[in-house]
Amino acid sequence: MSQDGQAMTLPQRILANKAGFGSVAVGQVVDAKVDVAMAHEALAQLVKPFKEMGATKVWDKNRIVVPIDHWVPASDEKSAKLHATIRKYVRDFGLPHFYDVGNQGICHQILVEEGFVMPGDLVVGTDSHTNMAGAMGAFASGIGPTEMAAVFATGEIWMRVPPTIKVNVTGRLQFPVSSKDVVLRIIGDIGDDGARYQAVEFGGSGIDAMEMWERFTLTNMTTEMGAKTGVVPCDEKTLAYLKASPLRSGRGSEIETYAKLRSDPDAEFARQVNIDGSVLEPLVAMPHSPEKVKPVSEVKLDRVDQVFVGSCTNARLEDLRILAHLLQERKVAAGTRLMVYPASTSIYKQCLAEGIIQTVTEAGGLFNPSSCGACFGGMGGVLAADEVCVSTSNRNYVGRMGHAQSKSYLVSPATAAATAITGKLTDPRDLFSKQDFAVTTRPLKAVAQ
Amino acid sequence: MTGQLQTKIKGRARVLGDSIDTDMITPGKYLAIIEPKGLAQHLLEGYDEGFPSSVEPGDILITGQNFGCGSSREHAVAAMRGAEIGCVAGESFARIFYRNCLNLAQPILEIPDVTKHVKEGDAVEIDLTAGTLTNLRSNEVVKGYPMSEKAVELLEAGGLINVVRRKLHARGSVDHEVAAAPAHANHRTD
Repeated sequence: MSQDGQAMTLPQRILANKAGFGSVAVGQVVDAKVDVAMAHEALAQLVKPFKEMGATKVWDKNRIVVPIDHWVPASDEKSAKLHATIRKYVRDFGLPHFYDVGNQGICHQILVEEGFVMPGDLVVGTDSHTNMAGAMGAFASGIGPTEMAAVFATGEIWMRVPPTIKVNVTGRLQFPVSSKDVVLRIIGDIGDDGARYQAVEFGGSGIDAMEMWERFTLTNMTTEMGAKTGVVPCDEKTLAYLKASPLRSGRGSEIETYAKLRSDPDAEFARQVNIDGSVLEPLVAMPHSPEKVKPVSEVKLDRVDQVFVGSCTNARLEDLRILAHLLQERKVAAGTRLMVYPASTSIYKQCLAEGIIQTVTEAGGLFNPSSCGACFGGMGGVLAADEVCVSTSNRNYVGRMGHAQSKSYLVSPATAAATAITGKLTDPRDLFSKQDFAVTTRPLKAVAQ
Repeated sequence: MTGQLQTKIKGRARVLGDSIDTDMITPGKYLAIIEPKGLAQHLLEGYDEGFPSSVEPGDILITGQNFGCGSSREHAVAAMRGAEIGCVAGESFARIFYRNCLNLAQPILEIPDVTKHVKEGDAVEIDLTAGTLTNLRSNEVVKGYPMSEKAVELLEAGGLINVVRRKLHARGSVDHEVAAAPAHANHRTD
């Protein structure tokens, strides 16, 4: 129970803390202090509003993180101009946490991997998948660049306190079933607006058993439920992950401050969603919506032009290890392109050391520098009319990855790997055995120390 | 600084479907364009290739559920401002898109079932204060949700920039040259 006796959920508690109140009610509008503000190439769109607001300096340069991630490197004059605008702003305002070409990553990956997000933080970012950082036990939400200009200038943002949906995941996932399949199941069940204007909190033995890399996929795709934020309460795994990171913000002393934050036992949730992980099978979201979810085994798709393994949803080292293990000694099907985009330069380097890049390349795939890649249809594997892509990303609305007449299907890395090999949408259980799957969590090969 | 907001908005209805995401409103290939007029040339191109050339200033978008879902890209709203869309009246909106509209002073109103009461091309009038849409062809009045206090504050101020400018000025931490410049109109057409 909170100080004045009102039971609150974890997201409510975070907003209450940031607004300086003992408690807040659902629906209440508060002015909240921001802990971390992230902007990618959208920073180019906040430069003018920032100036027009009359701001002369940022509220706290140590709390701003700027990763270049959509066009890496710039692919045309327009994106080159965006980058030039950003570099000038970074110089003018002395922003220390700038991740430029050569040392960067997808913005959400940088936020968590570099240790910028503490449990209990309020995090905002100029990208809809900012929700991903909620896996650190934070309230993380996407906003537009004009709004971000206001945050840069004032360090605050108004928030309407959302109701919270509780998702309970129990049962043991039977690999190759992964957290990607869990989150697809949820979106399939509640719809792409099932959590509109709400927070989503994950709990249960299934969540406790997941490592951080699996949890990030869950909170990442709460965006596709329409959620304002997605959160996994902090536990020992969160703390271990954070302590192993570079803690670039220098806020390491704050790690434990809100590490024990939980929803009150008698907190009211808007809805309970129960998922039994043990009965799930590999799933796919059909064109053209993340909510059109079916078992892979029930979908016949005989021609796949491109397989994309990348995006903030599923391009961490562990995802790419799964791909590489399954690709070993196999080839990408003729007529199918495999595009791989690691989520950060750091992950790229680990893939280099472990031989993952070699394996993908020898199989006939294209292993690229880290960026959003083909996910958003702007570069890096854009689809032509009538082309079909099977992707580990998060959205497949019309024209998402290219031409309005292209189609994309959303899957897990294991399903993507099997599909790349056969050239058809393939349930990985049809190609691989339990033993094949058992090794996929290990490094591809031992890395020389 | 009040009264920048036209609370009664008349225009030609353009009726759209459900779950139109921001990739359809401003496709990914145009993300490197950030000027409203440039983006207006691609407004809703992902939904209907012919849409941009058919838009007239003052058109009113009548949308289904979950309009603006997907990306946080402000391009979607900037394109509407560049095309001089009079108002967006829809059955429900995705949160970031809705917020971006308020911030860029794009009038927007939530009206359940509105697509059932309006046909493409109908002359309609939105009353933002009352939260209603009047179909001038059928004389039907459709009730929506009146705007929240926050929405009124942002739209009346002409968008977030003006609100923050005032805030910073009050705190004394403002660029005085900028503060002395004339207030912005609702349209940002640069």
